[in-house]
Amino acid sequence: MEFNSINETINKLRNKKISLKELSEIFIKRIIKHKDLNAFIYFNEELINNQVNKIKKLDDNLPLKGIPLGIKDLFCTQNMPTTAGSKILNNFKPTYESFVTKKLLNSGALFLGKTNLDEFAMGSSTTTSFFGNTINPVSKKNDLVPGGSSGGSAAAVAAKLCLGATGTDTGGSIRQPASFCGIVGMKPTYGLCSRWGIIAFSSSLDQAGIFANNVEDTSILMREISGYDANDSTSANVKIPDYFKNLKTDIKDKVIGIPKEYSLSEIPDEINNMWEKAIKIFEKGGAKIKYISLPHTKYALPTYYIIAPAEASSNLARYDGVKYGFRSKKNVSLDEMYEETRSEGFGKEVKRRILIGTYVLSAGYYDAYYLKAQKVRKLISNDFKETFKECDIILTPTTPSAAFRIGEKEDDPIKMYLNDIFTVPASLAGLPGISIPFGHTRENLPLGVQLLSKHFDEQNILNAAYFLEKNYE
Amino acid sequence: MNNLTKGNKFEWETVIGLEVHAQIKSNSKLFSSSSTKFGSNPNSQVSLVDAAMPGMLPVINEFCIKQAVKTGLGLNAQINNFSIFDRKNYFYADLPQGYQISQYKDPIVGKGEINIDFKDGKSKKIRIIRLHLEQDAGKSLHDQNPQKTYVDLNRSGVALMEIVSEPDLSSSEEAALYISKLRSILMYLDTCDGNMQEGSLRADVNISVKKPNDKLGTRCEIKNLNSIKFIKQAIDFEVKRQINVLEEGGTIEQNTLLFDTQTGKTRPMRSKEEAHDYRYFPDPDLLPLELSNEFIDEIKNEIPELPDQRKKRYAGDYKLSNYDSSVLTSEKSVSDFFDKVIDHHNNLKKDAKLIVNWITSELFALLKKNEIDISNSPVSADNLGKLIQLIKSDKISGKIAKEVFEEMFESKKSPEDIVQEKGLIQVSDTKKIENIVEVVLNSNQDKVKEYKSGKEKLLGFFVGQAMKESKGKANPKILNDLLVKKLKQ
Repeated sequence: MEFNSINETINKLRNKKISLKELSEIFIKRIIKHKDLNAFIYFNEELINNQVNKIKKLDDNLPLKGIPLGIKDLFCTQNMPTTAGSKILNNFKPTYESFVTKKLLNSGALFLGKTNLDEFAMGSSTTTSFFGNTINPVSKKNDLVPGGSSGGSAAAVAAKLCLGATGTDTGGSIRQPASFCGIVGMKPTYGLCSRWGIIAFSSSLDQAGIFANNVEDTSILMREISGYDANDSTSANVKIPDYFKNLKTDIKDKVIGIPKEYSLSEIPDEINNMWEKAIKIFEKGGAKIKYISLPHTKYALPTYYIIAPAEASSNLARYDGVKYGFRSKKNVSLDEMYEETRSEGFGKEVKRRILIGTYVLSAGYYDAYYLKAQKVRKLISNDFKETFKECDIILTPTTPSAAFRIGEKEDDPIKMYLNDIFTVPASLAGLPGISIPFGHTRENLPLGVQLLSKHFDEQNILNAAYFLEKNYE
Repeated sequence: MNNLTKGNKFEWETVIGLEVHAQIKSNSKLFSSSSTKFGSNPNSQVSLVDAAMPGMLPVINEFCIKQAVKTGLGLNAQINNFSIFDRKNYFYADLPQGYQISQYKDPIVGKGEINIDFKDGKSKKIRIIRLHLEQDAGKSLHDQNPQKTYVDLNRSGVALMEIVSEPDLSSSEEAALYISKLRSILMYLDTCDGNMQEGSLRADVNISVKKPNDKLGTRCEIKNLNSIKFIKQAIDFEVKRQINVLEEGGTIEQNTLLFDTQTGKTRPMRSKEEAHDYRYFPDPDLLPLELSNEFIDEIKNEIPELPDQRKKRYAGDYKLSNYDSSVLTSEKSVSDFFDKVIDHHNNLKKDAKLIVNWITSELFALLKKNEIDISNSPVSADNLGKLIQLIKSDKISGKIAKEVFEEMFESKKSPEDIVQEKGLIQVSDTKKIENIVEVVLNSNQDKVKEYKSGKEKLLGFFVGQAMKESKGKANPKILNDLLVKKLKQ
């Protein structure tokens, strides 16, 4: 039996075509077989078996009963250590369950383990993890990155080591790896899912989301993780529709916006061709194409790389060796203990961003960097706001390239940061976005397109993605 | 007000501004639901948020916002409809987040003012610059172990109001009056318990000196003073120190100082070169705080009568002096007690001064001796009123009343019961008193002679003897009149 989708698996379980135990064993075997991908950094068979025994006793009508999922190791989990891919939290065991994972558990989901990520979600390649890099399952020689930061989750779903996975997206950390691995990845509107229990990178940008193999599964999981949480002051109190039940492929008369600023000369033809192809399919389906302008797009990346590190420099101050996590063994004064602990405990990329963030918030530089970036962020948001007056959906490529080789951009952080060029603007504006697989390069590497909509209009892009998925030729 | 301090060479003006940290009276912390109870076991009131566990988020406590707004209104201050929580970033072992959530550019309360009252009846307006909300840090315990420092996070996250004054104060006396008045207002508002010993109210004092007509001098800041006595001592020491330095040709370095309560001296905590760059920026975990006018108006309706209003009422309704009114109103509990006496005994309104005297002399003395707060006074306001009624209606003398009062304090009984039980009702029957007078005069014939020959001072002696004879119960006025009359016969 094949187990490729959540929807199909739910039915098989309900019709007793397979037992929970048998299903879990299939996935345990797959994970063990693909250990070399290093998609999971925490995996414990005994824990899975215990969970299966518990889930068995739950109500059969639970929407995710027994569905095997991967959890990005940025979500605090009560039964599994939570490390953020960092030495500084090596072996940290939370006493609490994040809001999102709690919702999934309450829906009956089976957690197979914790997936790898760039340290503290800072990266576009899943190469900065303290627990080693993850390999993109599409690579034939085990030499490609899965994207990042949620690369472990993306690789796990793409290699069918689980049927879906959680991710977090701060500047593209779900959409970019989904594109690199050839699966669906969705980041909802900022505030749709609670951040409570997710280790913070950049609080005003961090957003939980989903990886799955198709749009239906994505809509099921999105429905399950969304919802208001009084413990997160930035959580949105909106009604969550049944995205799955409401799915439809009808896009007639929808206006699809094509932003001219996303058409860059450096972008390879095969990306632009794919984009053209998606436009044509929409046109054929009865949608109207409108060429639009988002004039401040070129400032999005520098703005992001000021705001995100600024917030990170403060969010990561709590990892000081005093209360929990790693502490340097050197016997030194308090101030030196901070220095030693943080020097040894954080990796290179995290340190780089803490330094950038500290710099842009410093007296004398605050106005020129942080304050200006906040103003530009507002302009970028306004661009989208204006644009969505004349279109329903914005269609762009997800990334400027397909998956690159491990180690390729390590020495050039700017090149690495350029990976996020198409995903960052929507993050700054807090908009929902989805990446769905759309064609391949000449080397047969997956490519993806990105669909964006206005705030809390998730259904709209899920429907458009559903249409695109069904009509891909 | 020109308070000049004489140095060895010149006269100096002192310029003082206060930053007062007042702990908000609230059962739970500013951003978590942990208890704020004082004196609990270390680390027994620490939530995941207070300990800054990964992934934890602050959620604003609405009650603390109300308390801050209430305080702002009580300080006649501007309430800002829009304010922002910022992060103040620094590392310290008792600061789990690595930053303190505070308000920097956009505080919840803007400009306000309070009046301070001098003994001579004059008063002075002190301007408030702002009031902002912030969370307290934990506590480092350095004295539990010679090698180790322990951290207690019970206080971590407790809500504080930082109330910043303009440098309008010109002496340690004024600073003390200011903080007393501020404390009194907070306690009237019930937004801070005012307990300085437990650290509910602490002050940072900014001080500089200058010659009259000169520009402002360089200031030093004395941190974390937790009693009015220490505030005065610290200011007096620091003013002298600065004057000495300047008169010897030196310059004042801008510094943060600590006050050593043992030696009574200030010493540097850190110098300017080590000054922190706190990298303030808006906390992205919290939305800006937006207050509607309706919300503010609702709180306005909850503002109780404040000390200045009470003083006015006392002066107007009861014709009390400025000084008496100040003494009564400076502690809310005292003035509440006074009000209760009159509530129960409306006819004593015109005798308000008598009530004040009884409260500030007899009652204060016994309360102090027994270390009891007036809110727990064994003599109830009603009973004190009853006692004064007995005096006013000539049922007992003032002297007997003091005896009765002591008994009331001991037994909590009503004055009528005591007077009844002990038969202390004043004798006003002229016949009975006449008899006593006869007895006294007859047994002191020689003294009577002396009196008649001009030694009129002896009247006091006869009064004393007669009182003694009546066991103190004779109406003193009647007794006096009769004695004079008889002696003149």
